[in-house]
Amino acid sequence: MAAGAASGGSATTDTYKEARTWLLMPAWVVLLFLSLAPVAMMLIYSFLTKEFRGGVIWEFSFAAYDQFFCDRGLFGDEGCTFEWTYMTIFWRSIWQAGAATLLSLAIGFPTAYFIATRPENVRPLWVFLITIPYWVNLLIRTVSMKFLLRDKGPLNDFLMSIGLIDSPLHIINTNFAVQLGLFYSYLPFMVLPIYAAVERYNFSLSEAAADLYASKFTTLWRILLPAVKPGVIAGCILVFVPSLGSFLAPDLLGGAKNFMIGSLIEEQFKGNAGNWPFGAAASMILLSLVLVILLIFARQQAKAEKAEG
Amino acid sequence: MTTSQAVAIDVRNAVKRYGDFTALKKISLSIKDNEFFTLLGPSGCGKTTLLRMIAGFEDVTEGEIFLYGEEIEDLPPNKRPVNTVFQNYALFPHMTILDNVAFGLEMRGASKSDARTQAGEMLELVQLSQFSTRKPSQLSGGQQQRVALARALAPQPKVLLLDEPLSALDLKLRKAMQLELKHLQRETGITFIFVTHDQEEALTMSDRIAVMSAGEMQQLGAPTDIYERPHNMFVADFIGETNLLEVSVDGIAEGRAVCHLGGGHELTCNALDGINVGSKVHMSIRPERLFMSGEPEKDGSLHGRVKENIFVGTDISTIVELDDGPDFVVRTSNSDRGNKRIFEPGTEMFVNMELGAARLLVD
Amino acid sequence: MASKQFDIKTYGGFKGITLLCLVVLYAPLIVVTIYSFNASQSLTNWEGLSLRWYADVFSGPESAKFKEAAKNSFVIAIIAAVVSTSIATLAATGMVRGGKFKLRTLSFGLISLPLMVPEIVTAVATLIFFNSIGFDRGLMTIVLAHIAFCIPFAYLPISARMQGIEDSYEQAAQDLYATKRQAFTKILLPLMMPGIISGFLLAFIVSLDDFIITNFVKGAGVETLPTAIFGSVKQGMKPNIMAISTMLLGVSIVMVTISYFVSKSDNTK
Repeated sequence: MAAGAASGGSATTDTYKEARTWLLMPAWVVLLFLSLAPVAMMLIYSFLTKEFRGGVIWEFSFAAYDQFFCDRGLFGDEGCTFEWTYMTIFWRSIWQAGAATLLSLAIGFPTAYFIATRPENVRPLWVFLITIPYWVNLLIRTVSMKFLLRDKGPLNDFLMSIGLIDSPLHIINTNFAVQLGLFYSYLPFMVLPIYAAVERYNFSLSEAAADLYASKFTTLWRILLPAVKPGVIAGCILVFVPSLGSFLAPDLLGGAKNFMIGSLIEEQFKGNAGNWPFGAAASMILLSLVLVILLIFARQQAKAEKAEG
Repeated sequence: MTTSQAVAIDVRNAVKRYGDFTALKKISLSIKDNEFFTLLGPSGCGKTTLLRMIAGFEDVTEGEIFLYGEEIEDLPPNKRPVNTVFQNYALFPHMTILDNVAFGLEMRGASKSDARTQAGEMLELVQLSQFSTRKPSQLSGGQQQRVALARALAPQPKVLLLDEPLSALDLKLRKAMQLELKHLQRETGITFIFVTHDQEEALTMSDRIAVMSAGEMQQLGAPTDIYERPHNMFVADFIGETNLLEVSVDGIAEGRAVCHLGGGHELTCNALDGINVGSKVHMSIRPERLFMSGEPEKDGSLHGRVKENIFVGTDISTIVELDDGPDFVVRTSNSDRGNKRIFEPGTEMFVNMELGAARLLVD
Repeated sequence: MASKQFDIKTYGGFKGITLLCLVVLYAPLIVVTIYSFNASQSLTNWEGLSLRWYADVFSGPESAKFKEAAKNSFVIAIIAAVVSTSIATLAATGMVRGGKFKLRTLSFGLISLPLMVPEIVTAVATLIFFNSIGFDRGLMTIVLAHIAFCIPFAYLPISARMQGIEDSYEQAAQDLYATKRQAFTKILLPLMMPGIISGFLLAFIVSLDDFIITNFVKGAGVETLPTAIFGSVKQGMKPNIMAISTMLLGVSIVMVTISYFVSKSDNTK
């Protein structure tokens, strides 16, 4: 419901042209102060000096970025060699988010396709079924997943009782558990845009392909997929971006070994590390990464729209 | 207060520009009180823009609009005593039929109960009283159309504007509504300004028609004027079916021009100002004003051969090829079949025309 | 092709994957719901049906904490949803009915900013912002952060609905002597209502659900349901968490059902 309507909306009329400044003013003020200004302030904080146990001292410093990229030895007095600790965490996050995105695509595409090819009157019901879990508290969903997957949890109980396995599967605190959690968190974001794209797809193109001796697989791969590609890319972005900065799934399902960016940042503010400038710097780096991805995506979409004419 | 000669709407040098694009180029026209006036033209000709300028939905870039002598082009739509029947009716979907019709009365300050009483009377006039508690979506297209009409008439506007109100109806209903609208206009005595792209509809209903194209007025006149005496090529071509021929003027004498059609065929017709011997001009001849005969009936009968007969219900269209000359379409009423005025394809015959049928046009 | 009838639209296995998808989506929720009625002290051993953990939530040792957290959560969600929906309704009117203007793309970018920025970054930025202006953290900071965060969620259904409403309705109203304000309140607003209700419910749920931002900007000792639950889970899962989860699940399902019927219902019939 939310993801499906994420367009700028080109249809405009000008009934309230004279009043638009006043109509938009509250949104501008609130978002300027509570959305844009905070990001600017975060950028400033990332260049300040840390205060122990939280907060900052208003002195300019590169220390946060230096800590992120440079390894200066045990006592911090050596030259800069590349620091792998945080890069590894970022890389793991990207990898985990990517795996979760692929998992969502593998399950989400057939699901979206199946729903979009149901009779028109039952489609909203299917969409409703897929979106209900999204409306349930993310924390509760993640906790439920944790409960289900525990070594002594209902899933293992069930699998052992039907004799499929002899000893419990260790799923919790693995990479896979995190991927499963992320998949579970953001699946509707994958399904909805693909569904919207397939619903608009003109199936006589598939019929034409079949008529010209294409197999079903070829038809899917060479005719349908290119046509619904923008929906697929939108779905992937909508799953990948929030997964990248997610905190709950890695924290509750991944355990200490599977630390991701979200946890790294959280620790700077809520946990023991207490290094605000470093947390701000890590957030800035994450934000830049996301903005680059969104920019590439926006360009792709613009190109696709141009190609369509 | 107003006599039948009073001017209801006076548009003076109205110009409408959207950026670089000029939608209306200096239009001036006077619409008389109590008149059924039609703006006719193809889509994009500016007719709807002009209507919306009168209603107040579009700014007037240059020029003035007067309503019974009062300048109105700077007034917002809610301050203008004109009402509109919208193309898609724009009935408020969340209100009942009665509330829709009462809306304008209420906005003009009538109490809710007065507004409803008057709205009820209005619904009676359009014979929809039994639907007053329904929502618009529960009505058929024709019924919605009548509600839209009742809603626009209820506040007793000085002028009623109708923006292609019949275009969404099927042919039969459209024909019936054309008559109903015409009667309603006579009964209420309100000036109607009607916008349409359907020339037949315009001819059927209007007292006067303004034919528009590309933001300019092409011709203004009564339906018979427009049909019988088109000024220019656009009007001749747009209104009805016609034979448009390129001719060269061979001679002019006593207001009559001798025109050469090609292949040695000549026709004489009324001359036009600004036409000289040797100039190439267009000529329009309505197909129904031509008839065929086995022998030449008078001077100016043209010899040719029947190429094809096309049956079109009430009439038969015959395509005639003049000897070495242009093709002609001749329309013969089906009832004339008995009079042997219809010839088999391949037959040689003569094409004759009624007096004044051929008209020269400016481009 | 083994199928009796060649159907170009159907791919074998897609239905199976869809069903698997539904199982994965619903299994954890169903399992937790079932286990919330477990009589056992332990998490996993099933010892029969009981409401003891629900009783525990309302009168057990942690009940005071959860009641306070629930109250906070609902107060914050109601304020945030009302304010953000009002702002979003005005903004949608300005955006969809304001014609073309230079700041339009920028305004849309600003409105959807909270959707594009990862939630944890928003949380960090908001915390830093309040810190930098010396705003003491407490309930108020949560409310303000939620208002900003909820605006795009309220905005999207409202503007989507509004784009589906032709402007000829407002023009007809003005033609019938209504002022622009009257055209807005009497025509546009009632027609937008299903979108506004959807937007409100979405904003409400988003605020009620939010953990990350709340966790960053809340003051010490101020808890909402998600932060309270998270705190408890961190100390080890107990069955009373499942009872609370099931109740919140119920709230969500009620909301989504209302939203579904509102979007289907139509005040035009």
